[in-house]
This record gives sequence, C-alpha cells and structure tokens, in this order.
Amino acid sequence: MAVMTLVEAVRNALDWEMERDESVIVLGEDVGLHGGVFRATDGLQKKYGPLRVIDTPLAELSIAGLAIGAAMNGMRPVAEIQFADYIHPAFDQIVNEAAKIRYRSNGTFGCPIVVRAPFGAGVHGGLYHSQSVEALFYHVPGLKIAIPSTPADARGMLLSAIRDPDPVLFFEHKRMYRRLKGEVPEGEYTVPLGKAEVKRPGTDLSLITYGSGVYLGLEAAERLEREDGVSVEVLDLRTLAPLDQEAIAATVRKTSKVLVFHEDNKTGGIGAEVAARIAEELFAYLDGPVMRLGAADSHIPYAASLEEAILPNTETVVQALRRLAAY
Amino acid sequence: MTTEGTALIRAQHQPEHERLGLSADQVLRMYRTMVLARRLDERQWILNRQGKQAFVISCQGHEASGVGSASALQPGLDLMCPYYRSLPAVLVFGSTARDVLLEGLSRAEGPWTGGRQMPAHFGDVRYHILTSGSPVATQIVHAAGAALAAKIRGDGAVAIAYFGEGATSKGDFHEGLNFAAIHRLPAIFFCENNGYAISTPLGKQMAVPNVADRGPAYGMPGVVVDGNDLLAVYRVTRQAAERARRGEGPTLIEAKVYRLTPHSSDDDDRRYRAPSEVEEARKAEPLIRMRRYLEEQSLLDERQEAAIQESVAAEIEAALAYAEQAPLPAPTEARRHVFQEAA
Ligand SMILES: Cc1ncc(C[n+]2csc(CCOP(=O)(O)OP(=O)(O)O)c2C)c(N)n1
Ligand SMILES: [Mg+2]
Repeated sequence: MAVMTLVEAVRNALDWEMERDESVIVLGEDVGLHGGVFRATDGLQKKYGPLRVIDTPLAELSIAGLAIGAAMNGMRPVAEIQFADYIHPAFDQIVNEAAKIRYRSNGTFGCPIVVRAPFGAGVHGGLYHSQSVEALFYHVPGLKIAIPSTPADARGMLLSAIRDPDPVLFFEHKRMYRRLKGEVPEGEYTVPLGKAEVKRPGTDLSLITYGSGVYLGLEAAERLEREDGVSVEVLDLRTLAPLDQEAIAATVRKTSKVLVFHEDNKTGGIGAEVAARIAEELFAYLDGPVMRLGAADSHIPYAASLEEAILPNTETVVQALRRLAAY
Repeated sequence: MTTEGTALIRAQHQPEHERLGLSADQVLRMYRTMVLARRLDERQWILNRQGKQAFVISCQGHEASGVGSASALQPGLDLMCPYYRSLPAVLVFGSTARDVLLEGLSRAEGPWTGGRQMPAHFGDVRYHILTSGSPVATQIVHAAGAALAAKIRGDGAVAIAYFGEGATSKGDFHEGLNFAAIHRLPAIFFCENNGYAISTPLGKQMAVPNVADRGPAYGMPGVVVDGNDLLAVYRVTRQAAERARRGEGPTLIEAKVYRLTPHSSDDDDRRYRAPSEVEEARKAEPLIRMRRYLEEQSLLDERQEAAIQESVAAEIEAALAYAEQAPLPAPTEARRHVFQEAA
C-alpha cells in the first residue's frame, strides 16, 4: 500500500488503466503538457503521447461529444471538465446523447465514457468554482454518478468507472484533493460502483452522506459520542446512481433514525430521494422523521463571511444530529 | 512646392493621434488609464502575497487593447460585456481604483458583486457594464442580445464583447456572431488574443492563424490589430463603432497581445512556457510602447512621467486605505438577491 492524496489516487488510477488498456484515452482542457489545473493528469501525456492525452480547445460541449463519439467507436474515453461548474455546456451531450445511446439503439450501442470533474465549495471559488452539480444529472436515467471520499475509493472506483459499459459521471471534491492522505491499495484494486460503505459504525443514529459530507459527518459523530454519549453510524453512499438500497436499509434497520446530509443545497438534492425511499420502504423501522441537511438554497458566494453562511459545517451537523436524537 | 504638396507632407508627418482627431490631453489621459490599470494590477498581486486578496487575475499586457478600444466608444451610451481581463476597459467606462479594490478585498460596498464574486468580475449598472460571471464566452452572446435591444429601441448604442481567443472555441462565439451578422446588429466582438488559454497554446485552440479570419465566414469584417499599439486599437474600434452606428452591422476585431503574467494567482506558467518568451514579450509591451510614442511627440518628459506615476500611486493608496477599512459583507447578506426582494 502507498499513501496518496485523493488527486494522486486519481492520477494513479488513470495511469494504471492507460497502461493496461490501450483504448483508454484522456481529454480535456490543459490536461496534457500542463497536467491539468489540479495536476490530476500530470505526466500522462509524456508517458502516453499527445494522441492518447489530448489538450482540447476550450469547449466543454465538444469534450463530452468527442468522448461519446470515440466511445461508440471502441475507445474508453475519460473526459475531464476543468471545474464541474463548466459542465453545463456539455449538458446536452451528456443528457440527450450519452445517457440515451444504449436505450435508443435498442442495446446495440453503448457509451462507456467517464466524465471527471472537480466539484464542491470551501475553497473561496465563488459562484463558478464551487458548485455541486450531481443533482442536476441525478434525475436522468442512464447515467451513473460516483463521488469518492477517500483516496482508496477514488482509485478503486475510478477503475470501475472506466471499465463500466455505461456513462459514469465521476465527481471529485476539490477541497479534498490534497487535504487528506490515505493508504491506497496498488495494482488490481477496484471498488464496485453501486456499493455504499459504513465509514463509522454506530448504533443510535444514522448519518447518510457522501463527498465532503463524510468528513464533516465523521467529525460531528465523534463530538456526539464524546459530548452526548450518542453513537452515530456514518454511511458513505459513494455511488449516488445507482443507490445502494441494501446498505441504506441496513443502517435504517439498525438505528431507526436518519439524517441525510450533503454539501449541495437542500431543495431537490440527493437527500430528497434518499429520504423518500426510506419513507416509502422502511417506514416501519423509523422512530423519527427522516431529516435532511444541506447548504442553503442560494448560490455560493466568494467572500469568506458569505460562503460560511451558506455551507453546512460541523456545528450545523451536530445540531441536526441532536435534533434527531431527541425523537 | 505646391500648397497641395506641403499639405500632403504635413499630413504624412502629422502625429497619429492628431490624425485620429485626438488632442494631446486625450492621449495623455488614455496613457494615464493604462498606467492606472497596470499599477492596480500589480498592487493586487502584492495584496495576494500578503494574504489579503485570495485571488488575482491580471490585465498586464492587455492595457492598450482595453483602453484603446473602450476609448473609441461612448461611455454612458454604449454597452460593455467584459471578461476578467477587462480592467483597463472598465476604467475607461467609469470604474475606479476604489471599485477595483473594494471588490478585490470582497467588501460589502463593492459596486459589482458586493463580495459575492471573485475579483475581476466586472459589471456596473451605472456605467452600462453588464454583469459578468466566470464561464468563458457566455458574454459574447449577451453582447448580441444587448445590441438587438439597442437596435429595437433605436437608441444608437453599440455593444462590445471582450473575450480571449480560447473563448472562440465555444459555440457561444459562433452563435453570437452568426445572429449579430444576420440582423446587422450594432455589435463589436473584440478578441484579445494573448496566445494562451491557461496553458493551451494557439495551435491547440484553432488551426487558422487569426481569429479575425473567421469574420467573413459569418458575414462581417474581421480585423487584426496590434494590441500593443493603443492608437491602432483606437482606430479600428472607432471604425467598427461607426459602421455599427450606420446600421451596417457587427465587426470582429482581433487584438494580438501577450499575457505578461501567469493565467492567475493559482497558475504556474513555467510549466508550459519559457521565461525567455515572457521576457521577449516585455520588450514590446504596451506601456513602454505608448510612453515612447508620447516622448517622441514631445508630449511627455521625465518630469511629467514621474508626475503621472505619482498621482496614480496616490490614487491607488487612497483607494486601498478606504477599501481596507470598509466592512466585509455581513453573513445575513448571503441569502439575499437570489430573487428580487419585495419592495
Ligand atoms: C466554460 C469554461 N470552461 C473553462 C473555464 C476555465 N478557464 C478560465 S479562463 C480559461 C482560459 C481562457 O482563455 P482565453 O479565452 O484565451 O482568455 P485568456 O485567459 O487567455 O485571456 C479557462 C479554461 C471557464 N472559466 N469557463
Ligand atoms: Mg488567451
């Protein structure tokens, strides 16, 4: 095992898979010579050449569209969108093309692309370097959405995503790129898509989350243990689509009280879907309402004083858990 | 020699600014705005190093293109759709050092975003500078839309969009120019081609040597101009504005410039371009170029140059002193203006 940051784990996975499979190509803005603005593709062009690691023009629609076309002709493209905030010009290609190719061709074509993008706030990026975009795509059948929270998951899930026969949106929290280091298994190591993981076992409350929510959740859980003697289980969804229903059911049955929490704003977020499914299918196990916590329904401003007022933090998670514990 | 002959010789020796109908005062003011833009830019890098301004994105190398073009328009009438390197242009339209530093330090009083956006996200309703976000190229289509509104109202205004050459790869560029040409809109599409989009060089952005070459394909003139030459930029932009006001439609202008700084304070340009290339470009940079012109025309001597530098420095320090004591936005502001508030 090697110790890596999240961004190193991403790079390592790309390198591993490009070495193993010649059909894997990487394309995006500044990914070649520069190695990407976050260095996720550093050194890959040198190793695999400019035909497999392609510096594209500044055009997200074509980054997605080129990947789709190449995928329909036998490649396994990994497209990088420099910031998730700039994925919107590619929305048509992702939603109307990638997501629908298998269905509309009666299963005769597939679209095995990965679209990677750094996302998330807390880096003083303002409105356009902070967005969480997962919920915008979540509604669309035919798209898988993966959000790793640890370096090991990033490597293992990215390998699964590249090998997946269908389009996968792979969102990497930019605030976590270098902040955390972790042990990462090398060689053939995959983490299956569609499998959540309990990141902290507990017995009294369940905190269901993903991405940066895992870290705030773990901090909050420790505080509740220490200050209130309440045991919180933290379930990291890891893959949002498809959701791991079994893992959700298991933690709900265990604790009977659930907080669904994400950095993305609350309304119409992933939390709404998770909460609805629990209400529909696991109502009998509940001892309280399924609660949600997310960012305020606002855009994400630049000034620190404003950004802090919009985003959830450990304190707001602790408070939400205490409200839940009171039931 | 005939009088006609002497007139011709005099015309040939007439200084360029006079030929353009600009007074000595006017060119000196343009030069001062270039200096102000440069010093404001440099000051923000210092604030960044001091940990006071989290992010800087520069206009260094874009001073002549910005000031020359905006000076050829009519502030108060014309509309500007800026991008993040448009500091010199917005100064011409009315923005001040204080505005720049209030936004740089994300103060509540910042007139463009009140601290909501990163520095250099220009937009001031008072000066017809349309609000700008970070997505590249979106403002190109806004300029077409603003020009459409001007045409419908018949108010004689021209809309100018500023953008880099990287922006021309997005559909927004194609779609904006196409519509503007179809409807002969009073628009100017002003590309500041600095050779790079972050690290991506021109040759990876397009297979043609000039952005301007594309103009005729949309049905509008495409003009290449030396973006380090203030008066040349002024000349072509004024021609484009006159054409627009005559109802003859839009113009695509490409100013060839060079980005003298890294892309932003988050960038390390040594990863993709040689320091010697930057040094070479500094020799032709717009401030030195204009200063030389003014000296040749005996419009500027060492003493006057020192006076300009001093007054600019004083203006910036006064603006900074104000901005530093101005309060940060209150947390209660964070959720305002998602929608219009009830009166
Ligand atoms: C749609 C979109 N994609 C990517 C980015 C990230 N980005 C910001 S500036 C930039 C390069 C722009 O290059 P160019 O248009 O040449 O302008 P320059 O910065 O060189 O003046 C990129 C890729 C963005 N802001 N918007
Ligand atoms: Mg450029």
